[in-house]
Amino acid sequence: MSLIEFTDRGLFCPAGDFYIDPWKPVDKAVITHGHSDHARPGSKQFLCHPYTKPVLQLRLGDNDYQTAEWKDPVYMNGVAVTLYPAGHILGSSQVKVEHKGQVWVVSGDYKVEDDGLSGAFEPVPCNTFVTESTFGLPIYNWKPQKSIYQDIRTWIRGNRLEGKASVLIAYSLGKAQRVLHALVGEVDQVYAHGAIWNMQETLLNSGVLTRGILPELIRVTSEIPKENFKNAVIIAPPSADGTPWMKKFSPAAVGICSGWMQVRGNQRRRNADAGFALSDHSDWKGLLSAVEATGASRVFVTHGFQSAFSRYLNEAGIEAGEVQTEYGTDEEEVTQDLTNDTAEQVATDE
Amino acid sequence: MNNNSDHIEVEQSLREGGMTLFANLVYELGTHTKTNDKFKALIAYFRNAEAGDRVWMIALFSGRRPRRTISGGKLQEWCSELIGLPEWLFAECYHTVGDLSETIALLIPELPRANDHPVSKSLSWYIERFLELEKSDEEKKKTFILDSWRELSSRERFVFNKLLSSTFRVGVSQSMMVNALAKLVNLEPSVIAHRISGNWDPSTTPFEELLSEESSIADHSKPYPFYLAYALEQEPEALGLPEEWQAEWKWDGIRGQIIKRNGTLFVWSRGEDLITEKFPEYNLLTDLLPDGTVIDGEILPLKNGEVLNFNVLQTRIGRKNITKKQLDEAPAGIFAYDLLEQDGQDIRHLPMEERRHRLAAIVATVNLPLLVLSPVIEFDNWEQLTRTRLDARLRNSEGLMLKRKSSPYQVGRKRGDWWKWKIDPLTIDAVMIYAQKGSGRRSNLYTDYTFAVRDGEKLVAFTKAYSGLTDKEFAQVDNFVKKNSLEKFGPVRTVKPELVFEIAFEGIAASNRHKSGVALRFPRMLRWRKDKTVDEINTIEDLKTMLEIYGK
Repeated sequence: MSLIEFTDRGLFCPAGDFYIDPWKPVDKAVITHGHSDHARPGSKQFLCHPYTKPVLQLRLGDNDYQTAEWKDPVYMNGVAVTLYPAGHILGSSQVKVEHKGQVWVVSGDYKVEDDGLSGAFEPVPCNTFVTESTFGLPIYNWKPQKSIYQDIRTWIRGNRLEGKASVLIAYSLGKAQRVLHALVGEVDQVYAHGAIWNMQETLLNSGVLTRGILPELIRVTSEIPKENFKNAVIIAPPSADGTPWMKKFSPAAVGICSGWMQVRGNQRRRNADAGFALSDHSDWKGLLSAVEATGASRVFVTHGFQSAFSRYLNEAGIEAGEVQTEYGTDEEEVTQDLTNDTAEQVATDE
Repeated sequence: MNNNSDHIEVEQSLREGGMTLFANLVYELGTHTKTNDKFKALIAYFRNAEAGDRVWMIALFSGRRPRRTISGGKLQEWCSELIGLPEWLFAECYHTVGDLSETIALLIPELPRANDHPVSKSLSWYIERFLELEKSDEEKKKTFILDSWRELSSRERFVFNKLLSSTFRVGVSQSMMVNALAKLVNLEPSVIAHRISGNWDPSTTPFEELLSEESSIADHSKPYPFYLAYALEQEPEALGLPEEWQAEWKWDGIRGQIIKRNGTLFVWSRGEDLITEKFPEYNLLTDLLPDGTVIDGEILPLKNGEVLNFNVLQTRIGRKNITKKQLDEAPAGIFAYDLLEQDGQDIRHLPMEERRHRLAAIVATVNLPLLVLSPVIEFDNWEQLTRTRLDARLRNSEGLMLKRKSSPYQVGRKRGDWWKWKIDPLTIDAVMIYAQKGSGRRSNLYTDYTFAVRDGEKLVAFTKAYSGLTDKEFAQVDNFVKKNSLEKFGPVRTVKPELVFEIAFEGIAASNRHKSGVALRFPRMLRWRKDKTVDEINTIEDLKTMLEIYGK
């Protein structure tokens, strides 16, 4: 019996009788992080990192939540389940499952570059590694975070010189906090769409995010006079892009922060004035280095370019297979404009 | 009008080299969403770039690409070799990005730059190297290309590859570039447009000369910029009094200018290709047209005074040498629309009615069957004209042209005086059977589809189409393709025949190159028929019936 099986409800551990990031309701669910394609409602019990809990409470309501710190094993039917930082967003975790000498690690979504907020990704030695492949092609080659942050700041300054506001498009959990991080020292106050403001309040009130380390957010409301937005910086989720809500910031330039902005066609499709290839996922080299660092002899590749990435691993001598999952519908992972509303629950402001 | 060269203030940037400036311009034009921002970027480029680069920029932006130095296949091979990528993985990247130059630009890692990194060489330096390398052996080309790839930034590398493979295109209209230039040198846009049209060599033409009046006199072949019409999207009644308008059939051939100057005949297509050689039958006009004449008209297959299906002509256009048989089977005529120059005088400012009057006199004097005055359709009221329009397809015409009798001949696409009023397209319901990822703004999305009609129990592919859906619909179809395709690698996905679309097209002709036996003109998706199943689509017999009626 395999330690983890791929079922139509999700990744299942029969020995421990639990699922990891199930897409259908189950009894026990271990959740890697709070994005809606990994944390779905309806299960009876949830196990997650303490930083993920407030997000689940906000999005899934009150449930039976248990938490586990990183590297603190929890035993389920004698199976050791240990969370390790995945570096994707605040609280995001890899799940190590250990039983009778078998070690599996399920990565969830991960980023190998340390963003200074989410906890540094830590490779976990294992026999079998389940990896995502959202950006699993060698064209996805991120610039260092420092340099992208600099690009964002330079862009904002340029907009100010032209008397324009800067609207940065970033999804509310993860990317928005990183964009704010980029703005530290550049601006003290940032206007935010209600969805981002709500998320930020949740993170601050629960202590997941320390107050004062990121610029202050001001919720955009109809009471704020239009003049206040002149030369200002605004953060909005992708679902607000192109809606009438954006009109009040005019004249404004719109910059999208997403790994997909690496390819100019995607940027043109989104009709943005600027694109910043800032991603919460690993690039090609990051994925390869992570796989290598686990020392795994077998790899399962989930959502993204799984055919290409697994074929490459096989040719490199690492046994790899593709797994169909229902992940990959969070905002960054969807390449096209959002056409469904499952990706993020955005309260349309006003 | 002032002499132009004094007005150019060169603010040569100290930090950025020519290729950097040009690559940034291309990037900005590709990402700016507002016309005004694009315009500003153009002006800034003209101010900052050195003169030689400005000339090449004008050439490139008006469709004068240097010839291909190296094939895309070689670029792909060398890039894979440089970074040690298996061929299949390069192909996957290419299909996802949708553009070879960009794929290479993304794949090669950008070297960290020291502060003393030398500024890039100029755009013209690179293009001159390309021209030199054209005749060099492959090893030399390879050395130059690999060195350049390492030296250039990702953004510069993209433009470099585009120029190298002769695939450079830019997302702004020529007229916007012309307007920016006009603003810079303080001349009328129409004057600029005329000066940069025609035959000139960017390698040997200095910037000042390109825009000076003398140079335009030297080139006798130079055509005028074409005046283009927008589609009429309202009822014709909105145009006002019928007597102020002239109606003609809209022909579906090659819009062209016939120029006779200094005893020589030149034929230009709208794409500004000199195509004189393609139409030996026009030699007769050399003697009969008066010197200093420029006619705007449509090149059409014309036999015994009747316009044939345009496909007849297409068979001979691509050929280098035209046989006597082809000349007999597909004789080319000209439907004359307008007169732009008479006795060497630019008469575009005269009212259309007057120009037409003069044109009629010239056509009558020439008196050749191949030069026909585009017939005017008489009508007393709009309702009558609306009825006449329905006959268009039977005449191999695609609708009507409406021109205000008092209108001058303008430059580029303009609203107000000229309108095209096309007939509704032919349509057929078909099912999608193959899909391919698009390019440009459709990168990494399945947007290029092949459609089939029913042939008994089988499906037979008959056309491709890749336009007509909204972004949202494309995203939905993309999602369907990803979930319902049989292959994992390579560009083409065979998909479950389930999605039905109404395909619109402008014409149909017999074709032995296509399995279905027909070739469509301008096929596109008119709408997604979510209400129909694959059992309800049209059949190959339906297509053949259309071919019978309209394919002659």
